[in-house]
Amino acid sequence: MLYREVGQFKTSYDADQAIFPIAQDRWFVIGLVAFAFLAVPLFAGQYFYTEVLIPVLILSIAAIGLNILTGYCGQLSLGSGGFMAVGAYAAYNLALRVPQTNIILVFLFAGVMAMLVGLLFGLPSLRIKGFYLAVATLASQFFLEWAFARVKWFTNYAPSGSVAVGRIELFGIPIDTPGRTYIFVLAMTVVLALAAKNLVRSRIGRMWMAIRDMDIAAEIIGIRPLHAKLSAFAVSSFYIGVAGALWGFLRLGSWEPLAFDVNRSFQVLFMIIIGGLGTILGSFLGAAFIVLLPIVLNQLPSWLGIPMSTDTISHLEFMLFGAIIVLFLIAEPLGLARLWAIGKEKLRLWPFPY
Amino acid sequence: MRAPSERDIAAGEVLLAVDDISLAFGGIKAVSGVSFDIRKGEIRAIIGPNGAGKTSLLNVINGFYHPQQGRITFKGRPRSAMRPYEAARGGIARTFQNVALFKGMTALDNIMAGRTLKMRRGFFWQLLRIGPALAEEIEQRRVVEEIIDFLKIQHTRKIQVGKLPYGLQKRVELGRALAMEPDLLLLDEPMAGMNLEEKEDMCRFILDVNAHFGTTIALIEHDMGVVMDLSDRVLVLDHGIKIADGAPAEVQADRAVIDAYLGLSH
Amino acid sequence: MLGPFLETLIGGLMTGVLYALVALGFVLIFKASGVFNFAQGAMVLFAALSFARLSEFMPLVLAFALSVLIMIALAYAIEFLVLRRLVNQEGIILFMATLGIAYFLEGFGQSLWGSDIYKIGLGLPTNPIFILESIFPGGLLIDPTELIAATICAVMVLALAVFFQVTRVGRALRAVADDHQAAQSVGIPLNRIWLMVWAVSGLVALVAGMMWGAKLGVQFSLSLIALKALPVLILGGFTSIPGAIVGGLIIGAGEKLAEVFLAPILIRTFDLAGGGIENWFAYVLALVFLLIRPQGLFGERIIERV
Repeated sequence: MLYREVGQFKTSYDADQAIFPIAQDRWFVIGLVAFAFLAVPLFAGQYFYTEVLIPVLILSIAAIGLNILTGYCGQLSLGSGGFMAVGAYAAYNLALRVPQTNIILVFLFAGVMAMLVGLLFGLPSLRIKGFYLAVATLASQFFLEWAFARVKWFTNYAPSGSVAVGRIELFGIPIDTPGRTYIFVLAMTVVLALAAKNLVRSRIGRMWMAIRDMDIAAEIIGIRPLHAKLSAFAVSSFYIGVAGALWGFLRLGSWEPLAFDVNRSFQVLFMIIIGGLGTILGSFLGAAFIVLLPIVLNQLPSWLGIPMSTDTISHLEFMLFGAIIVLFLIAEPLGLARLWAIGKEKLRLWPFPY
Repeated sequence: MRAPSERDIAAGEVLLAVDDISLAFGGIKAVSGVSFDIRKGEIRAIIGPNGAGKTSLLNVINGFYHPQQGRITFKGRPRSAMRPYEAARGGIARTFQNVALFKGMTALDNIMAGRTLKMRRGFFWQLLRIGPALAEEIEQRRVVEEIIDFLKIQHTRKIQVGKLPYGLQKRVELGRALAMEPDLLLLDEPMAGMNLEEKEDMCRFILDVNAHFGTTIALIEHDMGVVMDLSDRVLVLDHGIKIADGAPAEVQADRAVIDAYLGLSH
Repeated sequence: MLGPFLETLIGGLMTGVLYALVALGFVLIFKASGVFNFAQGAMVLFAALSFARLSEFMPLVLAFALSVLIMIALAYAIEFLVLRRLVNQEGIILFMATLGIAYFLEGFGQSLWGSDIYKIGLGLPTNPIFILESIFPGGLLIDPTELIAATICAVMVLALAVFFQVTRVGRALRAVADDHQAAQSVGIPLNRIWLMVWAVSGLVALVAGMMWGAKLGVQFSLSLIALKALPVLILGGFTSIPGAIVGGLIIGAGEKLAEVFLAPILIRTFDLAGGGIENWFAYVLALVFLLIRPQGLFGERIIERV
């Protein structure tokens, strides 16, 4: 009854093609973003910031990136971890060697570097498809992992192989509290998400989806597979690189290449599978799910009153991840985003049955 | 978009000339020494028993298959070995027997995808979606809506095409091809699987497209009644060889054609 | 110079046979069901864990038999719980399902059997053998455990290759690999075939797990070894048994040779902190091959028909 479109007539194509054509949706999201910026800081504690909000936001960016490549353009990639590493180490090196650089430029640089590497490793996609491509992306993953562990220049000859970042400030304001970090990351996420949403709604987004659905047919309407696939790799890697830099700088503070290993790649892939392939919303939902699950599991012993070792919990995590993936694929292959859409449909009719 | 050596073809002149084309897959000869032409503004039917090589012929014109021998001249320019997207850029659009739609996208998006070649605004404008890019999206949407009105598929706009019934899918596919504003439209069995009503609708669409936009059309079709009604000239293939070429009435009465369909030849 | 080269080559080839066996598990399932079973690695780990733990308190033969039964039960479970429900989905969905199964198995295996490193005591001789002492001073060093492992794997590989080509069941499997629906329509029982294939694949995983486990000890990283089988599959094609063999040999040898001979050069030139080229060499090699031949050495050319 509340969630109805009655009386909302779209009088222009622009209105019809808007991100949230239904007014209630628009208000909801504007409200949500305002809430995120203004209200959350009022009650969120440090734990919530550092263990929930910030990781979810940063990983959402990575998930959006992978979703563009795999969900929208259909190019399966297991190399996300490696590209995050490129972003992180690129940012580290720039901040180290040109210390006065504005932090936003540092992160953009991270994205651009990751984009260049992504283009390079994306070239094979013109010849290779499907699972073969997935294995080829593993080549990039393992090579990059190795490179950041062995090429001493990347880690500034650190004997331990790990790097740490110093103070971060934006226009003189230090970003050193969880609260400030949260706002910064939130702002970046909103901007990047909006940009991504714009891209997938426009010509380039349709090109990507055409390649995903039937690349032969895409050629017939004049789309060049080269152009479409490389642009998907480029944009995707940019996002993932920025996410990697943010992860290293604002979430970890110091890291080793292991932070971006093949398990990270799988983690991002799981996010978009569970969240919903080919949707921006799904990237957020999936990231939230993947971040919250271990937290919930860690609380499980205290809730149930049964003591469990950390080993057991981590095994349980693996088992649950796997089981949930399978369950989703059987029941709702389109992920949480689809469930959300179905929920909205039901809400449109509520309280009437049909 | 016109390449330097292309000419403007006047109505009635030869738009596409196929010269002694042969195509073989391994040991199988799909097309052998076929020559014919298509004049601008006409509706050309290509008929023949199953396996005659009709789809292969279209695939050659489209750039999917490269013939081992022969020449194709389009708009006065020879182009036998080109990629499908070059054919698209050159003004050739195509539909398929098995409906090659983008199943994950809505009908509207599929047809908007057909406008890809007509859209100019670069990456960063699309990123921001204000000003020029937005104006372009809206302009293209307007064009696409005209096509949607024309084909009477308004109610399917926001539905994922995978969920549409076959007949509507075929119309959406036609819409996507029309969105390219092609000079030459290749239709591979556009009426397949349709009932009488749908066939009549499709016939009318094809005739309208030809009359209104002057689009030259080549279609593969099995229904002889449709062929008679629609086409200006008919090309008949059998086992990859041309056995007749002319006005519908002549071809219908041609002895060789009748034998081929009855299976008496070879 | 030739001596060390041959030694490394032989060692690499033997490792290659082990890779080939793991790859074979993939090939079997892909051939029969078109599913790229990412869980193969986890299956190897699970099988090895089962065998290693069981053999701690029962005779080896019994442990083996029990492990075989466990793997067959696992195959049943996978078929019933997962595959049957995803029959008509696209390949990528099935692939992701096997990803899920892989994660589940890793967690399950370790919670069931524990996550320490376990030894597999097969009673294989461990004293190094030296061959060709007359030609090369000191002879070439060969690890007898590896030699026996390689032999066992080779036998299994050949047996499976023959099975597929010659028997009726093998033919049915090939039919299923080509087209599920067509195979069903001529009366081939899809579910039973899949069951069989996953069971055989489980057996293969068990033998591979035992051999690798004897070599390295059974631990978590075993599943990463299975990831190494992927470049093997790329070289050899996903559906070819001889391809898996040749691919395995090439990868095994190439990897070892690169580590021993190429790595030192790279370390010197780029001032690297150590080698470890083995981590990525196989993948990059496969990538290069793919660029030349997108369908792998033995794969079939995909002709797209519209």
